[in-house]
Amino acid sequence: MADEDVAPVTINRREMLKRVAALLGGSALVGQAALLAGCERAAEAPPATGAGVGLFTADEVALLDEMADTLLPETDTPGAKAAGVGPFMALMVSDCYWPDDQRVFRDGLVELDERTGAAHGKTFMAATGAERLAVLEALDAEQYAATQARADGEPPHFFRMMKELALLGYFTSEIGYTQALRYAETPGRYDPCVPYEAGERAWAPHA
Amino acid sequence: MAQETFDAIVVGSGISGGWAAKELTEKGLRVLLLERGKNVEHVKDYVNARKGPWEYPHRGERTVAMEKAYPVLKRDYPLNETNLDWWASDRDSPYTELKRFDWFRGYQVGGRSLMWGRQSYRLSEYDFEANAQDGVGVDWPIRYADIAPWYDHVERHAGIAGSIENLPQLPDGQFQPPMPLNCAEEVVAERLKSHFGGRRRIIPGRNANLTQPLPGRSPCQYRNACWLGCPYGAYFSTQSSTLPAAMATGRLTLKPWSIVTELVYDRDRRRASAVRVLDAVSDKTTEYRAPIVFLCASALNSTWILMRSATDVWPGGLGSSSGELGHNLMDHHFRVGASGSMPEMADKYYFGSRPTGFYIPRFRNLFGDKRDYLRGFGLQGGASRQDWQRAVRELGVGGDFKDRMAQPGEWRIGATAFGEMLPDHDNWIGIDDTRADKWGLPVLKMHCEIGENEKLMRRDMQNDMAEILEACGVSDVHTFDNDYAPGMGIHEMGTARMGRDPKSSVLNGWNQVWDAPNVFVTDGACMTSSACQNPSLTYMALTARAADYAVRELKRGNL
Repeated sequence: MADEDVAPVTINRREMLKRVAALLGGSALVGQAALLAGCERAAEAPPATGAGVGLFTADEVALLDEMADTLLPETDTPGAKAAGVGPFMALMVSDCYWPDDQRVFRDGLVELDERTGAAHGKTFMAATGAERLAVLEALDAEQYAATQARADGEPPHFFRMMKELALLGYFTSEIGYTQALRYAETPGRYDPCVPYEAGERAWAPHA
Repeated sequence: MAQETFDAIVVGSGISGGWAAKELTEKGLRVLLLERGKNVEHVKDYVNARKGPWEYPHRGERTVAMEKAYPVLKRDYPLNETNLDWWASDRDSPYTELKRFDWFRGYQVGGRSLMWGRQSYRLSEYDFEANAQDGVGVDWPIRYADIAPWYDHVERHAGIAGSIENLPQLPDGQFQPPMPLNCAEEVVAERLKSHFGGRRRIIPGRNANLTQPLPGRSPCQYRNACWLGCPYGAYFSTQSSTLPAAMATGRLTLKPWSIVTELVYDRDRRRASAVRVLDAVSDKTTEYRAPIVFLCASALNSTWILMRSATDVWPGGLGSSSGELGHNLMDHHFRVGASGSMPEMADKYYFGSRPTGFYIPRFRNLFGDKRDYLRGFGLQGGASRQDWQRAVRELGVGGDFKDRMAQPGEWRIGATAFGEMLPDHDNWIGIDDTRADKWGLPVLKMHCEIGENEKLMRRDMQNDMAEILEACGVSDVHTFDNDYAPGMGIHEMGTARMGRDPKSSVLNGWNQVWDAPNVFVTDGACMTSSACQNPSLTYMALTARAADYAVRELKRGNL
């Protein structure tokens, strides 16, 4: 896989590799085509939970919120729902995905409910936290294997898309940046070597 | 037609044009600085400089609407939500690709000095002698000694952080203190000293970011957000450095929205007599006169202006009598290298975002080394701990996964090579009369590709880096070649090269057009060879040198 093929170069403009390209670890990963291409829509008004966003109804946005909050739940720091990840994912799919990838993503949303129904006899929204987590763990293993085996030109697994967008949405949110991570907008100095204790949170870079 | 007169006219306000304006005004000339795009005021217009990613609708990413509007820019990192206003519109200013050529432009006051990578390296005597020794292209009309004092001059004002290394292939300069290597880089740099006969060295990157204050400018605050514009003026740009100096003389007139469409040529005097300007907003045409003209419009646009000038004398334009105008287009080829991991560094971290990394100066085809290709490459890299983005590739969901991904991951170290591209007459630009831009002006057509020499070099560019990492005990080493198309380096060079003979070069050793000695071309167009060092510092030095000469010649009555 080409994931490892991107040098962790901390230099010049080229380090400003698109966040997503870096996120995806190179040209061969899933979702890059999805994120780098997409539909005709321009940016919508800033999304808010409880409303439809772009191609997604309010109910679908709520489902994305719950899915993301299972993937990245509240711990010592707030979870994905508090960080507005559901509406963000809906906006990104609406504005930044090609129609083909939008279809994969939207079908995936239906499949999420179907999988939950098959395993637990209810919708994802109706499932318990433990049931939801079990569904996502299974989907994660599935997307992981599918990504390893994926040939050029094949569509990415829908849960790979969801995971990417949830991670991007969470870790670039204000909550993600300032609570899950540590953020100093103006560090003021460079310490090239400091001790690191296991468990300490990472420093977030400037946007 | 309305006409105004100045002592000198500078076309373009980027790195080269800003320097021309500064030097000429400081030497007493009344200067008109023309910029085709909008004005960008220092600090005030850096509207995104403080934003967090959550303050952009798409967190800085690109939308489909952006991709459709920027069919060229989308090919690489420049298309993004954070500084889109500073990249030229592909729709307004199209061009024709006979072969793929990525042309990423900045059409505003400051040009690409606002977004540049800031890596600043001198060319060496090896570079100025290379063409003559290899019998490639034409000989540079200058040697290192001619430009060395001008490197000194521009480095002092621009502010270059760097370390003294005593390397003949990468001369030292008038440096501010370097930005240090981090722990992992330091470990590898130290180990590297005992391999490869000491010929491969990891040194701190040399960059145009201040580590000490200069008048009106603060030192770097380690935000590494340079390309949004720096509120501290801590990196070199026209706005932070050369423009305020030129303004302070009281002799500068800056005119944005001024597209130079041609130089008016006086065939009897063999001089450019005026500069014809199209107002980008009103479409009104004006002529300005001055005894000296500096073309600093960026390599390909300076040549475009020459091609449209004096066509009644030479159908191919001013400078085409050499047969070389538009030819010998170069860039640096890159996007190839190697990386690996350093798990033993898990108890070390860093604080602050350093806007540079390390540099491995050229070691190929020097000091007795001989390869199956000519010239060489430098490597630019860094070490850092992986961030949350690694989470996409890892198996995992849930709270523990989230918390773990919020912590720094393992140390990675790697570098990308930047390779010299040989001048080749078959790599050229010309005017495409069949297409017009937004202003009805004919566009450029590009015909450029890398040759066998560059392809052979690319093998070493990745294998040598992998070899370095492995020799220094780095684990999990992988090479990469992410493909390259000419132009992607955003180091366009050549098309109006300097030389010793008007029959084979467009410019002489003082950057004067042979056929119009009052026209100086001092941006990337003038480069006779590309070397492998990032070129902007050399444009600064050549510009300052040419400006000094121009003023002396003017006073002698020779222009």
